Amino acid sequence: MATLELAGLAKSFGALAVLHGVDLALADGEMVVIVGASGCGKSTLLRLVAGLEEPSAGSVVLDGRDVTRLDPAARDIAMVFQNYALYPHMSVFENMAYGLRIRRLGRADIRRRVDQAARMLGIEGLLDRKPRQLSGGQRQRVAMGRAIVREPKLFLFDEPLSNLDARLRVQMRAEIRRLQRRLGVTSLYVTHDQVEAMTLGDRLVVMHEGRPAQVASPLEVFSRPANTYVAGFIGAPAMNFLPARLADAGRAAVLKAGPVIAFADGPRAGRDGRALIIGIRPEDVTVLPEGAAQGLRLAVDLVEPLGSETLLHGRLPGGAAFTVQRAGMVRVGEEMTVGFSPASLHVFEAETGRRLEPVSLAPPARVESSAAMHGSR
Amino acid sequence: MDRRTIFGGRLLPIAFVLPQLLVTFLFFLLPAGKAIYGSFTQTDAFGLHTRFIGFANFVSLLDDAGYRAAFGRTAIFCALVTLLAMASALLFAIFADHEIRGRAIYRTLLIWPYAVAPAVSAVLWVFVMHPEVGIVGRELGRFGIHWDYTVNGTQALGLVIVASAWTQVSYNFVFYLAGLQSIPSSVIEAARMDGAGGFRRFRTIVFPLLMPTTFFLLIVNLVYAAFDTFGTIMALTRGGPGQATVTLVVKVYRDGVVNLDLAGSSAQSVILMLIVIGLTAVQFRFLGRRTIS
Repeated sequence: MATLELAGLAKSFGALAVLHGVDLALADGEMVVIVGASGCGKSTLLRLVAGLEEPSAGSVVLDGRDVTRLDPAARDIAMVFQNYALYPHMSVFENMAYGLRIRRLGRADIRRRVDQAARMLGIEGLLDRKPRQLSGGQRQRVAMGRAIVREPKLFLFDEPLSNLDARLRVQMRAEIRRLQRRLGVTSLYVTHDQVEAMTLGDRLVVMHEGRPAQVASPLEVFSRPANTYVAGFIGAPAMNFLPARLADAGRAAVLKAGPVIAFADGPRAGRDGRALIIGIRPEDVTVLPEGAAQGLRLAVDLVEPLGSETLLHGRLPGGAAFTVQRAGMVRVGEEMTVGFSPASLHVFEAETGRRLEPVSLAPPARVESSAAMHGSR
Repeated sequence: MDRRTIFGGRLLPIAFVLPQLLVTFLFFLLPAGKAIYGSFTQTDAFGLHTRFIGFANFVSLLDDAGYRAAFGRTAIFCALVTLLAMASALLFAIFADHEIRGRAIYRTLLIWPYAVAPAVSAVLWVFVMHPEVGIVGRELGRFGIHWDYTVNGTQALGLVIVASAWTQVSYNFVFYLAGLQSIPSSVIEAARMDGAGGFRRFRTIVFPLLMPTTFFLLIVNLVYAAFDTFGTIMALTRGGPGQATVTLVVKVYRDGVVNLDLAGSSAQSVILMLIVIGLTAVQFRFLGRRTIS
């Protein structure tokens, strides 16, 4: 159990800069999920913390001690790998005991710790097996067990669930969260799966092109995405983006598709005509009765029934793609009128993609994120 | 995948395998059969009468101190060639497995000796180690080493061991390098995270995971050292000085071809054949099990 501080952590491979300086602080016992598309630098970040790669700049401070130049062996960090990385020639017991033997623990101590971890993970019956005799889920548990018995200061998870089938993934996800809470070990978890990120993290780091695009609680990332990248990445189906321009002295937006929408939460800065992007999540869209005066005409070209909900994909008069999510199984015609409450809008600056907060409310009070940092265990 | 082909008749498939069977029969089964037959017979000095004498040839071989000495010498020779060839190949493979500059060149150079014929390799070693013309051999005297493998039996044995190992290093290197590269890097990284230093990682992770490769190479190298080094030894020392570098294979040649003791030589061949069959059986059993699991 420990705190972790990353300061200006950067990594280049030759001329290719993979990570452009990441600052991040983890509170004791906090679980932070690094999420992003492949190639965003999230795995590199994890490997830098682990000590498997040397940073080009910046520092890693674990529990108040600068470990930037230390060998992984000297850092007291345990890692769960994507492909489990079990030692194929050793039994499950030996796999878990390996790190403890190196630390010269007594035979009885090792036995006790391994048994305890095995019970916790429900693999006590598999201790004599070799990894090749185990299923994917069982291997995953052994990999977790190998990390747990070490009782390290920090857990690192490198996409540990991505090799499992969908059902097992959901089950293990919940189990990892329970375990982490129970053990209270500070953890850094890397994934490309936004559902995993939302469910596991006390806080999320959304990585984009080697930079953290947003660091906040899952709720805040979802409800107040910092830019269009985060907005499009978090949430499924993805947020709709509509080009628009600022109007009415900052109090409204004129959609390229036609309608004028007054902001519910206050005016935005900038002169009228400033290019905006209006974001609206598919689940916030409502279908208006036929012949409604307000609203947007949507030409539906694809219907995806998912059982508990239905996704309607189509195009707006301006040609922009637009998705609507409706509860249950619905039958729809080829054309419909859709609308949305102004309160559910997200306003971004078109040029930079950055979120535009109402002038009167800025700077926003970051309630969720501070709660997650200190209280939610 | 099912790779069987179903033939309509009998004639075509037989025609396909016949050439191979013929070659095997003519150049392997026939001479081997003659050797086995010969090992149980005795022929008079003029080759006119041959009589069956049972195991007498084998008994007299085992009574022969010269043969027992050759057996022991061969055992030492094989052990040292195998050890030297495998240990240095493993060491080179570990070096070459790292991301180093000029890795491709380094690897190519290491594989090169394998393409050198035994006789040519022996000539190269003569150029290097000959006491009068060898570039290293003639200089050794300056350092107080009395080097002359043409009269010193121990030096001669040492030389044929090193020369024999040298060509085999390349072969072992290729297998060890492939073996090292088949170990997932994450397994090594997991060991690093678990706190294992370089030597411990090698001892507890890398070497055990290379065991299948090591075992395979052990058999191959033993067979190589025992049987395929004939050319190297003959070109370097002809088994001399005296009996110093006479291995079992060289002895078969000396006794049979040079001294024309065909029956005794046949008996030796049969013993060698049994050894090969034994080694191959061990290897087959092992490799068979490995492909199943």
